[in-house]
Amino acid sequence: MSTPTARATRGHAPEGPKGTKWRFRVADRLRRTRTELRDILRAYVERVRGGDVGSLPAILGLIVLVAVFSALEPESFTSALNFANLIGQSAGVMVIAMGLVFVLLLGEIDLSAGVTGGVAASMLGVVLTEQGWPVALSLLTALLTGTFIGACLGVFVAKVGIPSFVVTLAAFLGFQGVMLQVIGEGGTIGYRDEFVLKLNNGAMPLWLGWTLAGVTIAGYGLATLLTIRRRRREGLVSQPLLLWALKTGALAAVVLAVVGYLSAERSPFPDLKSIKGVPNVLLVILLLVVVLSYLLTRTSWGRHIYAVGGNAEAARRAGINVAWIRISCFMVSSSVAAIGGVLLASRTNSVSPQTGGNETLLYAVGAAVIGGTSLFGGKGRVTDAVIGGLVIAVVANGMGLLNQPAGVVFMVTGVVLVFAAAVDALSRRRAASTGRA
Amino acid sequence: MSVPATELSATHPSDQPLLSLRGVHKSFGAVQVLQGVDLDVRAGQVTALVGDNGAGKSTLIKGVAGIHVFDSGDYFFEGEPVKVHGPKDANALGIEVVYQDLALCDNLDVVQNMFLGREMGPRVRLDETTMETRARETLDGLSVRTLQSVRTRVASLSGGQRQTVAIARAVLWNSKIVILDEPTAALGVAQTEQVLRLVRRLADRGLGVVLISHNLNEVFQVADDIAVLYLGHMVAQVRKDDVTRADVVELITSGATQRDGAAPMNGNGVAR
Ligand SMILES: Nc1ncnc2c1ncn2[C@@H]1O[C@H](COP(=O)(O)OP(=O)(O)OP(=O)(O)O)[C@@H](O)[C@H]1O
Ligand SMILES: [Mg+2]
Repeated sequence: MSTPTARATRGHAPEGPKGTKWRFRVADRLRRTRTELRDILRAYVERVRGGDVGSLPAILGLIVLVAVFSALEPESFTSALNFANLIGQSAGVMVIAMGLVFVLLLGEIDLSAGVTGGVAASMLGVVLTEQGWPVALSLLTALLTGTFIGACLGVFVAKVGIPSFVVTLAAFLGFQGVMLQVIGEGGTIGYRDEFVLKLNNGAMPLWLGWTLAGVTIAGYGLATLLTIRRRRREGLVSQPLLLWALKTGALAAVVLAVVGYLSAERSPFPDLKSIKGVPNVLLVILLLVVVLSYLLTRTSWGRHIYAVGGNAEAARRAGINVAWIRISCFMVSSSVAAIGGVLLASRTNSVSPQTGGNETLLYAVGAAVIGGTSLFGGKGRVTDAVIGGLVIAVVANGMGLLNQPAGVVFMVTGVVLVFAAAVDALSRRRAASTGRA
Repeated sequence: MSVPATELSATHPSDQPLLSLRGVHKSFGAVQVLQGVDLDVRAGQVTALVGDNGAGKSTLIKGVAGIHVFDSGDYFFEGEPVKVHGPKDANALGIEVVYQDLALCDNLDVVQNMFLGREMGPRVRLDETTMETRARETLDGLSVRTLQSVRTRVASLSGGQRQTVAIARAVLWNSKIVILDEPTAALGVAQTEQVLRLVRRLADRGLGVVLISHNLNEVFQVADDIAVLYLGHMVAQVRKDDVTRADVVELITSGATQRDGAAPMNGNGVAR
């Protein structure tokens, strides 16, 4: 839109010796790139000013937190070992938060997501360890336990009409009871299956990590590039190629840096036991992000979730089966929570009545909200859960390294959450005042 | 089967109405909102539906659209009795509605709103480019130049632009009947003119159009038929040329005209 200067100059390239012409073209290209960059930046600033901040505050917060802890604890915080630990520690909450995004998008809440994960992990312990079922069947059973729980919650909310807060509060209490009954007070059920233990403890071979990095970068780059091409062919406004290059480049830099860092030896005693490679759990997270994001953004079901969250009555009048959308969101949320619960238990090699309890749910909701998902519904993405989950994990991890007691960690996390919620509320107000709601 | 002729539809004895309602009732709990309403909508004609606030106009068209199911009464489409139990049923018949509250999702963009519930492409891989192209074409067809991008979220649009998006959504499909519930309420002078011209154009294209409006100037400008709803009763559906503005005002406010010879529904019928 605002490249009149560039366009004007492109027309009359001076007829001169070859060298001048070539140099002119380079200068012209540079100038155009600069204008394009300025336009991209301006469009972005415009969006943020309008209240559409997305994950920006969380990313900035993450950078600040990492910088602070790196300064205070340069040795331990930035070590590769700690970095890998951070991923393992945050995985369970992060995954539960991804599922919660679906429920939050509707403007509903699932207070039982954490203990749902715990129940699923208990189920896994019962069938795998105690009954000796095959591992694949056991994992499927755990997953379907989550799906079934979600279906029940969804029916109570969408068909019976009980507020989700009440339904899931009841479920939160009830499921804690279920776990106490199944596992017994103070008891645990250990996992002995290699695959389940490796889920959130082991690391993958180096080559697999690098392959994954390549697939991720190429996959993102190609998918977005194809979209741009298709839109150009149809004569539609599309993302500037420069912006595409910047985004793909940024992703490549982050992915390569992370994989590179994780591929280094991180064992405190490398002679005794070598630890290197990308943690397996990162693959689980990546797959969930890709699949769930695709469902939300590319399918009619995902579109309808946003519609129901934005204006349920409008969705109904558009012929959308609102009750089914609600129920299915709870089913997805609880199924994903089941995966999160298994990851939590895998981390500790066993499931106890506390798995998925305590602060798990609050952290998960906090992660989604800190990442930019709105509690009012209609706004949020799966990646919000990842970014917000990282923020929470960094706080807990960094404070732990500083030998702060749990009490202080909770207080700081609380402050971060209030801050994030304030950003959400303020950006909504801002959006309303600029007419962007 | 043939629709029973009533005096209300006697104005067009020859051609069959696209849509006919006969003796339609609807109540919300104890509140009887529609009490035996008849309505005919004909192809190529603009039927204005007028009536005071709370007369039941919106309720009537929501029943037609399948948002509410009528408690009793007959619903004929192209002469056939039909059952409309949901918005999809009405859409399948070719009925599109622009609701009074527009029924847009603020958090979705223009294209997403226009195709909501009827997205193009496979359900698991939506065809965004085709949808965007068709949305663009439709909006251009409405000569909406003010809209910067069809990918802006509806929340950031002005009242008039939102109204236009809602109208565009209704004319996007190959529909037979378009119902507009106070489509000009939020519009300025120029845009009102534009919408009225569009209403006329749709009818001239052979669609049946229902226009709900409180503005009698508009009604007399574009309508062929005028249907007057008074406290849940359809007190008249007449040719525009057969009535004066004063008659319509009286029908709206008292449910009868002095020419009718019938007693006005709220008493005071002295000067007959
Ligand atoms: N969902 C509902 N539940 C209960 N009562 C309703 C409902 N919808 C409408 N009503 C009642 O039905 C009556 C008619 O409402 P309706 O919206 O059809 O009026 P209207 O003719 O469209 O008025 P206006 O010109 O103000 O838009 C009103 O008394 C209203 O309170
Ligand atoms: Mg109304």
